Amino acid sequence: MSFIGDEQFEGGNKEKRHREKRRDGSKDRRKRANAKRRERSRADRENEEFEERLVKREKGRRGRVKNDQEAKKREQEEGAGAQVKSGKTAKVKKNIKNEKRRMSEKAGEAGERTEKGKKRVESAKKETATVKHGTRDKTREERKKKRKKVFETSSEHKTSEQDSEDKENSEDKEVKPESLSPDELEKLKEAVDEKKKLIQSLRGKPWPMKKKLVTLRESQQFLEKYEGALGKGKGRKLYAYKVMMTKKWMKFQRDFENFKTACIPWEMKIKEIESHFGSSVASYFIFLRWMYGINMILFGLTFGLVMVPEALMGRPYGSIPRKTVPRAEEASAMDFAVLWDFGGYAQYSVLFYGFYSNQRAIGWLKFRMPLSYFLVGVGTVAYSYMVVIRTMARNANESGVGDDNSFNFSWKMFTSWDYLIGNPETADNKFASITTCFKEAILEEQESRKDDNIHLTRFLRVLANFLVLCCLAGSGYLIYFVVRRSQKFALDGFENHTWWERNEVNMVMSLLGMFCPMLFDVISTLENYHPRVALQWQLGRIFALFLGNLYTFIIALMDEINVKREEEKIVKFNITMWEASLYNGTVSENFTASPITIHPADVPRGPCWETMVGQEFVRLIISDTMTTYITLLIGDFLRAVLVRFLNHCWCWDLEAGFPSYSEFDVSGNVLGLIFNQGMIWMGAFYAPCLPALNVLRLHVSMYLQCWAVMCCNVPQERVFKASGSNNFYMAMLLVILFLSTLPAIYTIVTIPPSFDCGPFSGKNRMFDVIRETLESDFPAWFSKVFSYASNPGLVLPFILLMVLAIYYLQSTSKSYKEANVELKKKLQMQNEENKKKNKKAAQKALMDLEEARKVALESAGHQRNNNASFQGQEARDREMEQATRVPRPSNHMSHRTPGYLPNFPLQSEAMIRRAPSLQRH
Amino acid sequence: MNAYKRFDKLVPKEEKNRIDYRVRMEDILELPELKFNPFKERICKVFSTSDKKDGSLDFDDFLDFLSAFSESATLEIKSHYAFHIFDFEDDGTLGRQDLKQLVNCLTGKADKTSLTADEMKQLINNILAESDIDKDGTVNLSEFQHVISRSPDFVSSFKIVL
Repeated sequence: MSFIGDEQFEGGNKEKRHREKRRDGSKDRRKRANAKRRERSRADRENEEFEERLVKREKGRRGRVKNDQEAKKREQEEGAGAQVKSGKTAKVKKNIKNEKRRMSEKAGEAGERTEKGKKRVESAKKETATVKHGTRDKTREERKKKRKKVFETSSEHKTSEQDSEDKENSEDKEVKPESLSPDELEKLKEAVDEKKKLIQSLRGKPWPMKKKLVTLRESQQFLEKYEGALGKGKGRKLYAYKVMMTKKWMKFQRDFENFKTACIPWEMKIKEIESHFGSSVASYFIFLRWMYGINMILFGLTFGLVMVPEALMGRPYGSIPRKTVPRAEEASAMDFAVLWDFGGYAQYSVLFYGFYSNQRAIGWLKFRMPLSYFLVGVGTVAYSYMVVIRTMARNANESGVGDDNSFNFSWKMFTSWDYLIGNPETADNKFASITTCFKEAILEEQESRKDDNIHLTRFLRVLANFLVLCCLAGSGYLIYFVVRRSQKFALDGFENHTWWERNEVNMVMSLLGMFCPMLFDVISTLENYHPRVALQWQLGRIFALFLGNLYTFIIALMDEINVKREEEKIVKFNITMWEASLYNGTVSENFTASPITIHPADVPRGPCWETMVGQEFVRLIISDTMTTYITLLIGDFLRAVLVRFLNHCWCWDLEAGFPSYSEFDVSGNVLGLIFNQGMIWMGAFYAPCLPALNVLRLHVSMYLQCWAVMCCNVPQERVFKASGSNNFYMAMLLVILFLSTLPAIYTIVTIPPSFDCGPFSGKNRMFDVIRETLESDFPAWFSKVFSYASNPGLVLPFILLMVLAIYYLQSTSKSYKEANVELKKKLQMQNEENKKKNKKAAQKALMDLEEARKVALESAGHQRNNNASFQGQEARDREMEQATRVPRPSNHMSHRTPGYLPNFPLQSEAMIRRAPSLQRH
Repeated sequence: MNAYKRFDKLVPKEEKNRIDYRVRMEDILELPELKFNPFKERICKVFSTSDKKDGSLDFDDFLDFLSAFSESATLEIKSHYAFHIFDFEDDGTLGRQDLKQLVNCLTGKADKTSLTADEMKQLINNILAESDIDKDGTVNLSEFQHVISRSPDFVSSFKIVL
């Protein structure tokens, strides 16, 4: 369950609260009522006169809460039973909204009523004491007493009273705005502002709920009463209207906030996981959700601006060669195996680059297809950059202040417990990790840590790194080899090979991604690092592995692109030959026949390398997703099932021993997610369907992983804080984003597009589409301006300016930091000074105290002497008594002579306590 | 709403109609969200408004507790209550004794995990050196809030979700 905040609590039990509040608040109210009675007494005298107008005003005030009135009437009709029920509003969910409104209105009225009641009782003493008032007061007293025991009856009382009070409400009235002097108005205004401030800041006050509610209601009621009094005539109405509107607006905002929080997907799921596994596991899911949001937007862009227009308004399937399945493939184009590989019909559809035609404008909207395609490609990347950097900046803002290490220990102490943990195993792990953390911190502090054999560890570390490098190189070579081999297969034609040979590349990559981290984990035990450092190394290595794999893949792809382009040249040449021959043939056979009769499927075409790249990426994503899911099922679910059910009939304890349950590997999963996203960014330009695929994948994995975590994972042994790593993940994402856009941009800028497929066919470079648009769609002056703007003479100074600005900002931030350090030093100095002062004062006080005591003792001695001289020696017993009594007056003296001194130490302590808070501000 | 339901479960049937019924501390501690919290007793004591100081909560206290641990509570509120939770002696400051108890709570009950006396002393000295700005041997509320407000993950970890 979740709380949106105090607001909901109010909703939850406001009825009950309301009653309590009346009781609690009545004292304070009485005071205020006394203070204001003088003002009102004047108005009281004029009651009769103004009665009518008041009634009107009251009506007006109620008019805006008409609904509430109705609701109230209904409630009153329903009687006491309903009242009791509504006392437990929590149960009556659907009524809650009504109740809220009703409540706020009632609170105001109730307050007024009690106040008035008090006033009335007092005035009754002066003038005509009506029996009714007295009894009413009594009933109220009774009600207070009874409330705890006789809940129902008291509420009956109340309802009946409410009726009577409502009638009286309009009879006597308090404030006459007209009768107030400007001074009073000013004061009133100030008071109103003050109350408003109080209401705003109320939430941030660590008071108990009761007190909060009482003050809130009081000030709200105060506001309601006097806001109308400000301003005059027309202005007043306007003012009241404004106030009303602000109130409504605020309410709307609040509802909207609640609505927004209710709309956040998977909130409950994540909360549940959070409460079982702590915040670090939950941070992965939050990251996943965030990723999902980004992909949704990317998907919206590509789907709305590229795929849908092309599908709806572009030329239909089969109209031109690039939109038709070639004759040779037609037989198998609908086979599942082919479709699964995104060949056949899938290849010649909106899913891939090759399908799009190079018409400048399509449909009745004159939609500029190629331009839109290009801009969407650039836009997705730009948007991703923007989002990632913005999130990073926000994260840095949130946690950046606490970068200094000055409170290292205190933080460990005060903030290390994760209050969300509600699982014994997690709690145990947390205990252990906190203990080790403490111990490490202490050790580090003492700097007494010594390596037993520094040469051995060094050697082992070097060895481990060497092994890891070998692994990386090996995996890189393997991928390269496999990709080259698959090209050979491709040249032969896929039909001659097995399923394994066709999917070799993707499978090998996924398997490497699965097993190499395990290998690294084993190797890293050699190194004997501190676990946190080890984790960083591990992450770095996996990162390098993934990156290496991805880049070998890309390099292999580049090779393939070059091969295809060679092929393309040949095909182009062939086509011209073919066309020529066709033309010649038609000419010779029949003069009127035209080449149009040729079915588009029969037209020979080039190997569209863009589509090929897109296909590769899509296949990669698919196989990656599949491996992830299968690992999840086998590695987590099956393992958990085996461990759980075979535990009874096994030689050793499976749950505690070797297989045990798997942990949820946050960092690995996050890395997987990041790389997946990187592939999306890389391939999205050539396969517009990629974001859609990714959205699907993330959606499924959200549910699947939530389920897997909840049912078959155990919490991590090393529990890491979530917030510290958030920006780390983001930084990795940024690096990946950069690295993945690099090849995409390189291909866009340097390689000419294929001549017969895709939206840019026939152009020299893909970005030519911008120039073309500038020339033909914009007025001449615009292109002129653009050409000037893109002049190196203008661009270079601009870049220079940006660099300078960055330098300036950096230096200012540095100086701010220095100022911060200075301030901190000053603060400490002041603290020390204060402390010294306090000490001095305390010492002085002590001295004074002693002096005072001496004086007192002396005086006591005098007294005794006097006594002795007066009474002689006959009454020794009395003298003894006197002697014992002496200290008392002396004490009294010491209280008086140096003043409050015995209290002083206490006070100084209080000062000390207050000191830091003062200086901080 | 949900809070009421959860609270309702803790209240025995025959007492349903009394709004001021107090749930005993033992029952509160059995809530799964609190069961494994080392500070559960302290939490109950801090939020209890009972006259008998027995850590029992009525519905208002329960709501106070939930709102302080809810996501929307401000840092100020959270740190205020955290301070009171850590203040084992209820004397308004975190003295050495409080810190010691706090460390004991954090390191768990098991013997093998607990710190030695030397380590404990060192740790407490370090903490006081860091956060006791006025050097009076104790950490008071404002010092505590100062420390906490700089902490990156206090707000994210100091919450309980039902």
